[in-house]
Amino acid sequence: MTVSTVVTWLVVIGGLLVLLKPMGTYLYKVFTFQPTVLDRPMKPLENGIFRLLHVSRDSNMSAVEYGVAFVLTNMVWGIMAYTLLRIQGLLPFNPEHFGNLNARLSFNTAASFVTNTNWQAYSGENTMSYFSQFAVLQFLQFVTPASGAAVGLAFVRGISGRQLGNFFVDLTLVLTRVLLPLAVIFGLIFMALGVPETLAPYLHLKTLTGQIQIVPRGPIAGWEAIEHLGQNGGGFTNANSANPLENPSALTNIFQSIAMGLVPVAFFYMFGLFTGRKRFAWTLIAVAGTLFLTMLAMIYFPEAAGNPIVNALGLSGHANMVGKELRFGMGGTAIFETSTMAFTTGSVAAANDSFLPIPGLAFFLGMFLNMVFGGKGVGLLNMLMFVILTIFLMGLMVGRTPEFLGKKIEAKEVSLTAVAFLLHPLLILVGSAIAVATPAGMAGVFNPGPHGLSEILYGFTSAAANNGSAMGGLGASLPFYEVALGIVVILGRYASIVAMLLVGESLLHKKAVPETSGTMRTDTPLFWGVLLGSIIILNALTFFPIMALGPLAEHYLLMTHHLFT
Amino acid sequence: MATSAIEPPQSTTVSRRAALLRDTFVKLNPQIMLHNPVMFVVEVGTMVTLWLTVTAQSAASREYDGIVTAILFLTVVFATFAEAYAESRGRAQAEFLRRSRASARARLLQPDGSWTWVEGALLRHGMRIRVEAGDTVAGDGVVLDGVGAMDESAITGESASVIKAPGDSVTGGTVLLSDYLTVEITTDPGNTFLDRMIALVEGAARQKTPNEIALSALLGVLTLIFLLVVVTLGPIAQYYGRHAVNTTTLVALLVCLIPTTIGALLSAIGIAGMNRVAKINVVAKSGRAVEASGDIDTLILDKTGTITIGNRMATEFIPVPGVPVETLAEASWIASLADTTPEGRSVVALAASLLSPRVLHERPGEPIPFSAQTRMSGIDLADGRHIRKGAVRAIAHLVDQAPPELEAAAERVARDGGTPLAVAVDRQALGIIRLKDIVKPGLKERFAEFRAMGIRTVMATGDNRITAEVIAREAGVDDVLAEVDPEGKLALIQHEQAAGKLVAMTGDGTNDAPALAQADVGLAMNIGTMAAKEAGNMVDLDSNPTKLLDVIEVGKQLLITRGALTTFSIANDVAKYFAIVPAMFAAVPILHGLSALNIMGLKTPQGAILSALIFNALIIPALIPFAVKGVRYRPQSADRLLLRNIFNWGILGVLIPFLGIWGIDHILGLFGLA
Repeated sequence: MTVSTVVTWLVVIGGLLVLLKPMGTYLYKVFTFQPTVLDRPMKPLENGIFRLLHVSRDSNMSAVEYGVAFVLTNMVWGIMAYTLLRIQGLLPFNPEHFGNLNARLSFNTAASFVTNTNWQAYSGENTMSYFSQFAVLQFLQFVTPASGAAVGLAFVRGISGRQLGNFFVDLTLVLTRVLLPLAVIFGLIFMALGVPETLAPYLHLKTLTGQIQIVPRGPIAGWEAIEHLGQNGGGFTNANSANPLENPSALTNIFQSIAMGLVPVAFFYMFGLFTGRKRFAWTLIAVAGTLFLTMLAMIYFPEAAGNPIVNALGLSGHANMVGKELRFGMGGTAIFETSTMAFTTGSVAAANDSFLPIPGLAFFLGMFLNMVFGGKGVGLLNMLMFVILTIFLMGLMVGRTPEFLGKKIEAKEVSLTAVAFLLHPLLILVGSAIAVATPAGMAGVFNPGPHGLSEILYGFTSAAANNGSAMGGLGASLPFYEVALGIVVILGRYASIVAMLLVGESLLHKKAVPETSGTMRTDTPLFWGVLLGSIIILNALTFFPIMALGPLAEHYLLMTHHLFT
Repeated sequence: MATSAIEPPQSTTVSRRAALLRDTFVKLNPQIMLHNPVMFVVEVGTMVTLWLTVTAQSAASREYDGIVTAILFLTVVFATFAEAYAESRGRAQAEFLRRSRASARARLLQPDGSWTWVEGALLRHGMRIRVEAGDTVAGDGVVLDGVGAMDESAITGESASVIKAPGDSVTGGTVLLSDYLTVEITTDPGNTFLDRMIALVEGAARQKTPNEIALSALLGVLTLIFLLVVVTLGPIAQYYGRHAVNTTTLVALLVCLIPTTIGALLSAIGIAGMNRVAKINVVAKSGRAVEASGDIDTLILDKTGTITIGNRMATEFIPVPGVPVETLAEASWIASLADTTPEGRSVVALAASLLSPRVLHERPGEPIPFSAQTRMSGIDLADGRHIRKGAVRAIAHLVDQAPPELEAAAERVARDGGTPLAVAVDRQALGIIRLKDIVKPGLKERFAEFRAMGIRTVMATGDNRITAEVIAREAGVDDVLAEVDPEGKLALIQHEQAAGKLVAMTGDGTNDAPALAQADVGLAMNIGTMAAKEAGNMVDLDSNPTKLLDVIEVGKQLLITRGALTTFSIANDVAKYFAIVPAMFAAVPILHGLSALNIMGLKTPQGAILSALIFNALIIPALIPFAVKGVRYRPQSADRLLLRNIFNWGILGVLIPFLGIWGIDHILGLFGLA
């Protein structure tokens, strides 16, 4: 490991650790309506919005109302986005005169951005006008993570014995108190570090060879800020954060990594404050943190060791730099990729297709789990889903009806939680099975052997996890994938969130049981191990066969120096 | 001991085996199997592989399909056997109980006082019957008139007879030994304790408990997930060609993955739990009550009879100054010889332990029995001496001049929670006998265990505060409530429940009924009144209030057993993956590298799959003893229990199948199957 790798990792991980407490405390204050620094500038604006929406700050919704408000609002945004993309050619701020998007691509893009997935079946710089980038896509990059965070908040309120709150109030506050202020700060940082922010047309430069090269630009700095702060991950350009205009230096790379993790990690701490169980929150942070470090190691070390086939040719001593950016180095690339998979952002700082199989496995791991901090709110929701399953499975072994935060877990909660758990593999496995079994799906496979299969699996996993990154090498713009993945992102987003919201409400209405020494404790190193073990086993049992057919098969072929021609 | 009474006679053992065998196969009916989704999937899988066997293209594949079908069928049979076995154990108890009910006829009293014979099955609530010596009581009821000795061994297994007087409850199936009784029937047929007990131990009346429902739901979803994994694996594997996977192998993988171990044993665990309750001679009205007892937070216990052995015992002689302790002891011994109460006997015993046998010879005299007026008893000896023992106030009245030390000693005894008894000879006070409540042996340790488990024990007694607190300290209960009446007990339960706690209590009197009904677990005593027995959700046939502690342990053990076997079942899957996944793709050249996952070094792909499947089937009968007896349980804090069980069932659950599958593979190798 080089010095720059160690320093980069320390800065990112240390930065997140240092910011976790103040940020979490700030979030807690905002969402329990305590005074914060931003009251003065933001309150008048918020009050105006609330008057317009006819809601008051302290109003409450039931789980069904909250869920309906969440889904309907998203639906309205989705239809809006679809319509605007379909008529892009008629709209202003289109210096490159890009035309309307076709129906399938509009559906895929609207579905992908409204679900905070940001799967891109298009290249931004060749498809989207400034208006579409700015008013459609970037708008969604603000509001959709905010609505996901709102649902997470409602769940946290429910299980900490509070009323769920009002969706529109939460949505507004996430925007005015968290995302907008942070986006301004990070946007300015990125601008200062050289990321362009302009509405001027693309640059047409004459190169040394006399050719004309078109350099796409646009309002990129602001885009990068919210792309990462909201775990959106959709790049302004096709190359995403590997493009020097989006992510120009090792420093911006560090800032983007921190931007991704800042709010999701703080959400865990905020959860501890809400429930009054900081030690439990730290236990969860430790579980997610362990998985984060595992992924980082799985990505970095095989890549740093290099490709065994290349090494065998006597070119050893070099890391596997195929598809990587030299300005980040292997350490910077690894921390960015780990972050983007852990926090389900889906932006990329390298070509995911060129990673070795074991790092590929780590990408899958992040998306299967979807709770290595995950997206803000939603990641916590997934973590607590595993906590409930673990408590139920293991809790029986202490001889009491299992309790989660003092509430008994019974048939209703177990069923809903188990169904929420089931949905993720359902979408990935059924989607992939259909893709492999149909000629339309197989038509998108451009690589032979296990890697081609991995690319299909990756597409559906990324869509189901609302991650949005692509491995590449898959014909994502084929009609089959545009439609299938569009459907998967929608189901992947809403079904499990609503199920968990119902769990939250069900727990809220239960009487709390006092804790005694007969209660299983959830804030001990033992529980850290039990939870970690359960998470790994439950996911391994679900995904081991397809991982064996994809990345593992590829890994063993690589070990035997097998080449495809 | 109670169990001896319900041990089946030898002659029925053979028919019981036949019934067990029959039930094992009757339960294979898919319609019945549908209630157990996990095993239903296995049964359907068996049919699929059977069909594949019949339609197989080659002899080799027919052999493989056939073996898989046979193992799958065995897996299902093991599951139905486990359930039938648990039920048959209960049935043995039920048969014995039923026999005592079958013969019952009743003398139905007419309004004019005459009686006619009727079948016990025709008795209804409110009817009056006459029971004569030698009659079997035909239904549950309350004695209205008469006193008689009752043989309750049919129910309790206790051979000592019990005296029944007006107001006492009688239980159907018991036999009157002497005299006659007039009994008012209080339950309709089919609803008597005997009926309930029979239904319960047979498993017929067993409804799924909330916890069992939740666990079944989870097992259902897990099965669905594995179904999904395997069903999609077929098409996904076709990426590597049309024949990349074999359907029989996919079914084998599915059966290995779904939680068959717990699925097969879940209902056996529940039935066996009820049997264990019945074994300790407790009739639970529902499985829910037994399970709830595992969740109890607060235990409300009476003092007398529950925490103490019920009678005070003499523990010390305190003479007044100038009187040797031997003189006091000897006088007490003589005065108590005719006293047959437990207290009197304890005085005799204590004195005998202090004095040399030489002085212990009976002297002729006239015993003076205790009376409420004099509040003393004693003996007028032939030599003219009058010895008296009794309440301190009464003796002080009797003697010429009570020394102040007598009062002081009496006060000291009372302050320590004991009862002072003064002794005098011919108007001279000799001293004080200290009578004390004695805490049942072993209770203190038991309460400490309960504390470790997070269960708070509260002693609620009508006694005065001083006595109550002394006993509380000695027994090591967590809290004490003195001078409470039944309403106070009810209020205490409601107060605890308001804080979200689950409360258990015992009781026997009619005035305990509201509290028994309010408590989450109310254990009524069989000697208690009908009202108390109706109000509680369990009845202890031995009328031993301490039994509540055993019931709680059964409840906890029930939950732990379910959790342990579920964990074990899921943990087992890890090894099965390592056996099956490399084996199932062995025929695909490009996936040969996956053989690196064969860390057990299983010899052939076919052998690997069969070994995993055989292990999966054999683990079911291997775990039947744990399901039926419950996993070992020692009261401990939740954290220690968790740590131990995670190791025993989680970590070993991952490791054992690696060993088992490896071993089976080697054995199969001997037969040329691997």
